[in-house]
Amino acid sequence: MFENFDFNVIERSWEYLFFTGMTFTLQLTLYAMVGGIVLGTLLAIARLSSFKLLSSVAGAYVNLIRALPLILVIFWFYFLVPYIGQWMTGASQPMKVGAFASCLITFIMFEACYYCEIMRAGIQSISLGQVSAGYALGLNYWQLMAHVVLPQAFRNMLPLLLTQTIILFQDVSLVYVLSMPDFLGAASKVARRDSRLVEMYLFVAVVYFIMAYTLSSGVKYLQARTAVIR
Amino acid sequence: MNYQWNWRVFLEANPEGTGTFLTSLMSGLGWTVVTALCAWVIALMLGVVVGVLRTTPHPWVVRLGNIYVELFRNVPLLVQMLLWYFVLPELLPVNMGDALKQMPDSPFYTAVVCLAFYTSVRIAEQVKAGILALPRGQAMAGRAMGLTLAQTYRYVLLPQAMRIIMPPLTSDFLNTFKNTSVALTIGLMELTARTRAMESHTFQVFEAFAAATLIYIVLNITVVQLMQLLERKLAVPGLISAGTQGAGH
Repeated sequence: MFENFDFNVIERSWEYLFFTGMTFTLQLTLYAMVGGIVLGTLLAIARLSSFKLLSSVAGAYVNLIRALPLILVIFWFYFLVPYIGQWMTGASQPMKVGAFASCLITFIMFEACYYCEIMRAGIQSISLGQVSAGYALGLNYWQLMAHVVLPQAFRNMLPLLLTQTIILFQDVSLVYVLSMPDFLGAASKVARRDSRLVEMYLFVAVVYFIMAYTLSSGVKYLQARTAVIR
Repeated sequence: MNYQWNWRVFLEANPEGTGTFLTSLMSGLGWTVVTALCAWVIALMLGVVVGVLRTTPHPWVVRLGNIYVELFRNVPLLVQMLLWYFVLPELLPVNMGDALKQMPDSPFYTAVVCLAFYTSVRIAEQVKAGILALPRGQAMAGRAMGLTLAQTYRYVLLPQAMRIIMPPLTSDFLNTFKNTSVALTIGLMELTARTRAMESHTFQVFEAFAAATLIYIVLNITVVQLMQLLERKLAVPGLISAGTQGAGH
């Protein structure tokens, strides 16, 4: 079945695939996860706020982004970010934003909405007694959030946050539509140069499968462990 | 901002000669809806079968179901799309592969098959969760009444499980519409692809993307409303969910 195929192409290009491509993918995943969780937590706090204006703006943003396909959002930010940069700095030309920075902003803004829903469920799962106890001890709102509510919410939601991060890791492959050199983009460049689409795409699928499967098994293990404590 | 707004661009003739850019976006919406619906129907059938297999008392059947789920869940959708489109025809015998490549509308059929398998995994997970959420006594009572295993699933377990999992299925259904946009990479002219074509032809980036955003929102709201209607009709009497609106957006 594979007699006409040339798997040497992987051997010839693995340095580029992993040192350029996979590094791009992993860096983007990691930074977008950190940024997304921070922004998502803030959005969740805003959505649960008693300020009607704040909660409805945050809610509208989250529901808007969740209604759109990621590819459309990638295009949106790709074209929008230079103009926002221009507007914020007051420059006369749309700002030039690097490929990585543009993708990072997109993924933070997009994934924050999904992290927000997870954190919102996490915060809502904390019993009211905890909140009352915190206030009774004289904590103010932010102290209560930082020392009582959020640590518990994070811990309860850790498996879901990590599962979302695995989805993010897979979603990063969509920067392919902007011809970015992520793992898939790098592989597809090599594939086109050497006309080795079959070998390269199969290899990409195998690598993604191994990584995502390992990560999700790790999450399952974690879930089982945290379940015992509760 | 030195961006030239021009909302009239939607009424200009599109380069395909099929009318205005508005008609071209609407045709994109049509492809998005048709692709998503076809994929959903196949995914529902596959997903229910796999979901049921994973709850049967036969360990090797469960294992097969698990392999199927892990396989389609741990590879990004885009990579799966490229595999179905570029790799599958090369792995088949030459004449079959050539027939696939020459098929008219092959991006459409590829997108449907790819999305169907991808979505079936999520449905299988929900179906499994729904069946496991039922009291054990339901299956036992079914068997005790003399039903076969297949009959127990058909008449006792599935009718209840499918109704319990309606809310999560709604979100998977919405995802199918959104995921259709990934098929633009294999040349399916769905909504996002049409928007992109319009943008690169007219340079009216923000009008084009604003229109697409609006269309996706309307699509989203329509689907949510329809599913809530269905959910209320199908709610299992006596459960908490029957009395409330159900989990929505």
